[in-house]
Amino acid sequence: MKMKFQKKELTLIVSISAEVDHHIAEECREKIEKELDKFQGKSIIFDFSDVTFMDSSGIGMVIGRYKYTLAQGGRTAIVCRNEKVKQIFQLSALFQLIPCYDTIGEALKYTNQEGFLNEI
Amino acid sequence: MKYDNEMTLQIASKSQNEAFARVAVAAFVSQLNPTVSEIADIKTAVSEAVTNAIIHGYDQKEDIVEVFCGYCGDIVYIEVRDNGRGIEDIMQARQPLYTSKPEMERSGMGFTVMETFMDELNVESQLGIGTKVRMTKKIKCDSDL
Repeated sequence: MKMKFQKKELTLIVSISAEVDHHIAEECREKIEKELDKFQGKSIIFDFSDVTFMDSSGIGMVIGRYKYTLAQGGRTAIVCRNEKVKQIFQLSALFQLIPCYDTIGEALKYTNQEGFLNEI
Repeated sequence: MKYDNEMTLQIASKSQNEAFARVAVAAFVSQLNPTVSEIADIKTAVSEAVTNAIIHGYDQKEDIVEVFCGYCGDIVYIEVRDNGRGIEDIMQARQPLYTSKPEMERSGMGFTVMETFMDELNVESQLGIGTKVRMTKKIKCDSDL
């Protein structure tokens, strides 16, 4: 399992390269929580471009962090092109709360949206 | 039932074995020349069932999870068994988004995922005795070979 964190303005980009199951999701959650403790932003992007497998444990991991961004007045987005991974999210209707994009660039427009940040 | 071929795994209820269980089942099922998509479906369903056994069946205490996989013709049979606490209300447990462990960030989608990705799902459980999750899936074609 590999994870990479990048900060772009008020967004923390979490790139995960792994098969996301219960075991890996717990590891990811701990690492993301540590990163969020020192992070001064509001929004999170989950970059699942290199996630080759995911079960429903991934849903909980994303929703948990979504609650954090809500409390901060920020937004959460997912970057994913893998159809099977998307299908898992779609089953739980997650994309109604957390939009899914093909690229980090598109997701950043949503999470760092100027007008939106000025409103807060 | 007589299977054309079958295997049973016994694994410790450790979360790092979730990946092992689904990969082992996928490798076994690959004898039927499934599509990439069918293999992904089976891996996901096995992952969900084994995770349930570890988190809910055994409440993360160490014990043994059994994973059976057999096939007959082009039908794959998978059974994930634990001797854990059992499910009090199976109907409720199978409801989408229902979870008994929201504090663990469980989404309550495990059974829904198994139902969606497999053709049949049957759950048997007895309190204090354990749970058996049986799933079947027809492997449709090898025409993409």
